[in-house]
Amino acid sequence: MADAQEFLKDFPLLGQKMNGKQITYLDNGATTQKPEQMIEALCHYYGGCNANPHRGAYALSVEATEIYEKARVRTAQFIHAARPEEIIFTKNATEALNLVAYSYGMTNVHEGDEILISIAEHHSNLVPWQHVAKATGARLRYIYLEDDGNLSEEDIEKKITERTKLVAVTQISNVLGLKNDIRRIVKKAHAVGAAALVDGSQSVAHMAVNVQDLDADFFAFSGHKMLSPMGIGVLYGKYDILDAMPPFLMGGDMIDSVEEQDTTWAELPAKFEAGTQNVGGAAGLTAAIDYLESLTFDRVEAIEKDLVGYALPKLRALPYIELYGCDSRRPNKTGIIAFNVRDVHPHDVASILDSFGVAIRAGHHCAQPLHHYLGQNASCRASFYFYNTRADVDRWIAALQKVRGVLGFGA
Amino acid sequence: MALEDIYTELIGEHSRNPENKKELPGATCSLKGHNPSCGDEITLALKVEDGVVKDAAFTGVGCAISQASADIMIDLVRGETVGHARELAHKFIGMIKREVTDEAELEELEDAALLQNVSNMPARVKCAVLAWHTLDDALKEK
Repeated sequence: MADAQEFLKDFPLLGQKMNGKQITYLDNGATTQKPEQMIEALCHYYGGCNANPHRGAYALSVEATEIYEKARVRTAQFIHAARPEEIIFTKNATEALNLVAYSYGMTNVHEGDEILISIAEHHSNLVPWQHVAKATGARLRYIYLEDDGNLSEEDIEKKITERTKLVAVTQISNVLGLKNDIRRIVKKAHAVGAAALVDGSQSVAHMAVNVQDLDADFFAFSGHKMLSPMGIGVLYGKYDILDAMPPFLMGGDMIDSVEEQDTTWAELPAKFEAGTQNVGGAAGLTAAIDYLESLTFDRVEAIEKDLVGYALPKLRALPYIELYGCDSRRPNKTGIIAFNVRDVHPHDVASILDSFGVAIRAGHHCAQPLHHYLGQNASCRASFYFYNTRADVDRWIAALQKVRGVLGFGA
Repeated sequence: MALEDIYTELIGEHSRNPENKKELPGATCSLKGHNPSCGDEITLALKVEDGVVKDAAFTGVGCAISQASADIMIDLVRGETVGHARELAHKFIGMIKREVTDEAELEELEDAALLQNVSNMPARVKCAVLAWHTLDDALKEK
């Protein structure tokens, strides 16, 4: 199923060693590794086309502009946006979400209104809304979880009301790895006149996304979690909504005309792209999209499903492992497995796995309220991508079996 | 870095059975310290009388390294003057940051000096120094 050799030639880093051991990279939820094709696109841009786009009247600058705008068109196609102007480049999902919070949120949310998010949100889709709520006098409410880790049906039914101005939820939780029924939530939000924002950070690299089909008003993601360089992110927004919003960051390139006391804004998308943009990152993003589209998401999903199906019974056979988000009653589990080793703190687990060349995440994964809700201070997280193999799972589980012994606990 | 150089028997012992992890009746002050990267939090309780740390204890959650470090620290500073306890904290933090490397100088840290290997694990430095920073902050106003 997952033929490592086919992909390993594309991912130079995966052939390296970590602590003298073959690297087993299971932290794809944090950032993915990068294929040669993307690295080449980045090098090609900086080695042969680098100039400031949108400004110079010379061939290099024109080429840089073309590369940058082609990335916008490719991104629009990739997530099925209606038009390229609906794609705003940011530095990451966090900046995209802050853009919506500061520009849309501060303008449209008022005292007595409600913002609804889920308890499973990453801090990047939580802290900005806390800030908007505090600044405007609105109330921040939460969709809590069913006992199987899915969003509470009752909360979705009852907490989206006429007071709700915005519903912001993740498509896939970065801890529980469960895919949410976004279409249903968006529909409920629209029925009461609320805007719907989707955090696609954990989904866009792992499944086909169609923002028009979801009918999301906003959709945010980071490039680096989908084979691209760090420092390039995307905010999708429906044209009419973005067009009505005030700018977020101000400065060069986002203006139409500037006088001493007043400025008129540029049209979309430039209005939201102040200052020199990350053209190299955009070139990398185009290459990443090309890579994923030739691979197909059917294949990505099949590989990740195989790995989860292979790993879970092995984890369940270890009596000292506690799993989170692995008992969904729906077929919506993705390639993220959160767990704890009894008596052992996640940081110690991660350090011990590290010594065996296994990279996982430990801590609260930027989801502190979720961990408190689950009654945990922290957890460990393994997250797969298509280049992972069953052999990676075997190495991970073999290392896990050593953990308790290292700290002097019995099996 | 070999695993057994970090997870020594000493750390294992102190993290599994931290004798100083308890409430401290009659504490004169207590201070929370937390590690924002993992959310771990300890509360350090001190009984300071006549400029001397008469007793100390801690509560909270953390990894083996942070728990062992807190436990060992309390053994070291119990009975020390406020000034000297702070000096020890600075020395320990200096050791973990590799600013203090002289073995003779580190001798004064007793068992705590055995945590020196953590300085080779950048990801775990914050775990080792959490309790010591908290102690230093708590004693600042004394």
